[in-house]
Amino acid sequence: MIDWCEKCEEMMQPFLDGSLSAAEVKEAERHLETCSWCAKRYRFEERLRHYVRIATSEPMSPELKAKLAALRTPLQ
Amino acid sequence: MSESTPTAADTRRLAEEARARVRFEEEALELSDQVYRVARRFVGSREEAEDLVQQTYERAFRSWRQYTPGTNLRAWLLRILTNLNIDRGRRQQRSPQTTSLDTDAGDYLLYNTLEAQGDNVDEEQVVERLSQDSIVEALAEVPHDFRDVLVLVDIGDFAYADAAQILDIPIGTVMSRLHRGRRILKKNLADTVVT
Repeated sequence: MIDWCEKCEEMMQPFLDGSLSAAEVKEAERHLETCSWCAKRYRFEERLRHYVRIATSEPMSPELKAKLAALRTPLQ
Repeated sequence: MSESTPTAADTRRLAEEARARVRFEEEALELSDQVYRVARRFVGSREEAEDLVQQTYERAFRSWRQYTPGTNLRAWLLRILTNLNIDRGRRQQRSPQTTSLDTDAGDYLLYNTLEAQGDNVDEEQVVERLSQDSIVEALAEVPHDFRDVLVLVDIGDFAYADAAQILDIPIGTVMSRLHRGRRILKKNLADTVVT
């Protein structure tokens, strides 16, 4: 007998990456509609990915920007 | 001995080349924020990232003719950056493997851990219990091979195929390292919540 929550956990990353087949997406969606336990964890993962991206984004310093611009070939 | 006078065709060719070079440099500079964002997570410090980005642009501007217009310039720059990073010997500076490679805990581990820490967990807000510092540290502790893929795809927003090209590894390896890297990251974060 299939443990659908376990299967859903395995499918979460490829589901959110959009790399599952259409049939697999349907299968996951069917389970998510009826299983709030898994649905919560999918929503959390989406939010986490977004949060990781924001938390790890560090702007470049204006000094470095100026140094890079200075590397350009001077116009003749 | 006398130099031959440039013909009109020579002058035109030189002018065209100068224009192409200016265009290349402008486009490359427009991408510098994105290149830096990836570089910063490839290495341990801001100074190293700045050096790496500067060297990348020096090399890119020197070898601009090797870039094929119309192809992915961001990936081309990141490929240079990755090679420079390898040249700097970062492969020798292995990050601690510790227990981070234990990824059997699954993808739900972090949420389960956070949920166990409090009642009435709202999955939209629970993520905010993680501090920015804890995320940066947890990512830094992911071993290089996994972290590089994670940074390119989840932070740099590169497609699997671009990440494969940048790191010179098969696309299947990108996918498996990404899968494991994300799990290691979540395991590291779960550890910070528990301790």
